[in-house]
Amino acid sequence: MASSVLHPIAARGLVRRFGDLTAVAGIDLEARAGSCLGLLGPNGAGKTTTIEMLEGLQSPDEGEISILGRSWATDAAGIRERIGVQLQETSFQDKLSVQETLSLFASFYRRPRPVPEVLALVNLTEKATARVHQLSGGQRQRLALGCALVNAPEVLFLDEPTTGLDPQARRRVWEIVEEFKRAGGAVLLTTHYMDEAERLADDLVIVDHGKVIARGTPPEIIRSLAVESIVEFSLAEGSTLDAGQLAELGGLPGVIEARNLAGGYLLEVDDTRAALGSLIGWLERSGTVATDIGTHRPTLEDVFVSLTGKHLREA
Amino acid sequence: MRLRQLHELTLVRFKLFVREPEAVFWAICFPLILSVVLGFAFAREEVEDSRVLVLESVGAEELAARLTAVEGLVVERGRDPEEARRRLRKAAVDALLRAGDPVDLRFDPRRPEGALARLRVEAALRGGAAVTRPEAEDETGFRYIDFLFPGLLGMGLMGTGVWAIGFAVVDLRRKKLLKRFLVTPMSRASFLMSFMSSRIVFLGLEFAVLLPFGLLLLKVPFAGSILAFAITIILGTLAFASIGLLIAARPKTVEGASGIMNVVMMPMWLGSGLFFSYERFPAFLQPFLKALPLTAVNDALRAIMLDGAGCATIWPEALLLVGWALVSFWLALKLFRWQ
Ligand SMILES: Nc1ncnc2c1ncn2[C@@H]1O[C@H](COP(=O)(O)OP(=O)(O)O)[C@@H](O)[C@H]1O
Ligand SMILES: [Mg+2]
Repeated sequence: MASSVLHPIAARGLVRRFGDLTAVAGIDLEARAGSCLGLLGPNGAGKTTTIEMLEGLQSPDEGEISILGRSWATDAAGIRERIGVQLQETSFQDKLSVQETLSLFASFYRRPRPVPEVLALVNLTEKATARVHQLSGGQRQRLALGCALVNAPEVLFLDEPTTGLDPQARRRVWEIVEEFKRAGGAVLLTTHYMDEAERLADDLVIVDHGKVIARGTPPEIIRSLAVESIVEFSLAEGSTLDAGQLAELGGLPGVIEARNLAGGYLLEVDDTRAALGSLIGWLERSGTVATDIGTHRPTLEDVFVSLTGKHLREA
Repeated sequence: MRLRQLHELTLVRFKLFVREPEAVFWAICFPLILSVVLGFAFAREEVEDSRVLVLESVGAEELAARLTAVEGLVVERGRDPEEARRRLRKAAVDALLRAGDPVDLRFDPRRPEGALARLRVEAALRGGAAVTRPEAEDETGFRYIDFLFPGLLGMGLMGTGVWAIGFAVVDLRRKKLLKRFLVTPMSRASFLMSFMSSRIVFLGLEFAVLLPFGLLLLKVPFAGSILAFAITIILGTLAFASIGLLIAARPKTVEGASGIMNVVMMPMWLGSGLFFSYERFPAFLQPFLKALPLTAVNDALRAIMLDGAGCATIWPEALLLVGWALVSFWLALKLFRWQ
């Protein structure tokens, strides 16, 4: 790639097809040293396919990849020596201990970190001799992170690192990733959790159906929506609004767009006070009983809904 | 560098193997139990009496009397020829006789009991007890257990190599650990080799139990060279480990792998001279049976233990095993599915 300063992770025009399905349809991305690039999208968006191409596990049908200025075609061994990877679904051997698992991975690298150092890094020192099957979900995920960090990598690839974990376990994973970033590493993270993307990602690429639908820093992306807030409400059980009524709502003062989503209703609003007033007036006029009216500042989730008409977690 | 990986991978494989109680059972306890059960079941094999049926006719009385006088013949009398033939078919009797000149003798030549009955009857008719009661050989080195034990050692080598390695590889593939290894600089050849080296380590443990058991308790002889024995079991282990890796090179499920394992091992269970000599199979099959790795292991072990053979005798088998190991390992490395 002819960029003057090459970022640790750089890819251009990635395409990957499976028969008739184009899982990745032309994705560009870059991650700077000391930063995290988030790849946010629903299930099936092409996140895993993209990250596996960057990890050298799949070859792109089109496009170029450069990891730490090297190419997979000419220096695969050199790249593997310097990257850390956590796959979306790997289970370790149940009957090995944490320490044994880490020292196995350490043996693959030329200059591994000492195992006790890795244990401390991922907070598993007191679990060193526990067998893998005795670990909680969060501890297993930290072991996976430990295996990704044994070689003191410069680049870290994380594919949905906190899926299925409880909030506390997720925060512990996030802290480890933040520590890695602070030390100057570049992270590529895929997730379908917007809170994870907002917390960890310095730059964000939102993907759906293999295509980039938004990119920028999280605040930039949210600002690009040009929405002041989101008003949500639901109706009493059994009642619904028809398409005409929804259009009426969309035309109310202060409202940009009205949507019916997952059983509830949602207004994108550029003047919150005006919109709330006109919504209440409209509900009274039409004799509709609304429950749970609320407003919130727009989030990445709302950007996704606005761009695709569906939630991140469904799809 | 590579050596450190191989060492670590071998250690891990070995630990995982001994932490799997089933694997240890099949490798050590199963051959022990089988040799005890079969060994004692066949230990006191008597040569049985022949049952013959004399059909009613002129002279039947006299014929029956002559036969009854001979040891090893039990005589029945019968009237109905149809019924008598049925009893012969069911192997309730070993031969049918009708008095006359010459005596009419019917037996099933495919059954060894039939042939034995004929011999005894002919001897009796020729004039008395020409055939003495044959004795079962019970001298050490000639017992069934002596034949069986080396075969069971070979079977254990094959079973452990193929099962333990095959299932371990498929499990790693299912867990996506193979894929995880692929994004590290791990050497793929080291990875596959660790299965063989860990088997060799375990082999020491296995034979430290099996061999004393066979030699001291079952009193199986060990007449030949210990070096040749060690070479045979090590090469056998390498050959079966490579075959295990080759079997596990592609399948994604345990079911898929065990199907292939059975297809691969069945001909060897039957045709490698495990429970009976493969020389009983038709001549055109012999070259194929002799080319099987388990046949080579069994032949070499028997030659060493029973006939006192050394390296000079068993080198063709050793060479064959090296061939199996190299070709299977190379194919496994080529065909291996990592993700
Ligand atoms: N090996 C494959 N063969 C066929 N289709 C695949 C394969 N891998 C992924 N896909 C398809 O490609 C799309 C993207 O999948 P994936 O990259 O796993 O999405 P994500 O990680 O965002 O959930 C999905 O529709 C998936 O079914
Ligand atoms: Mg995925």
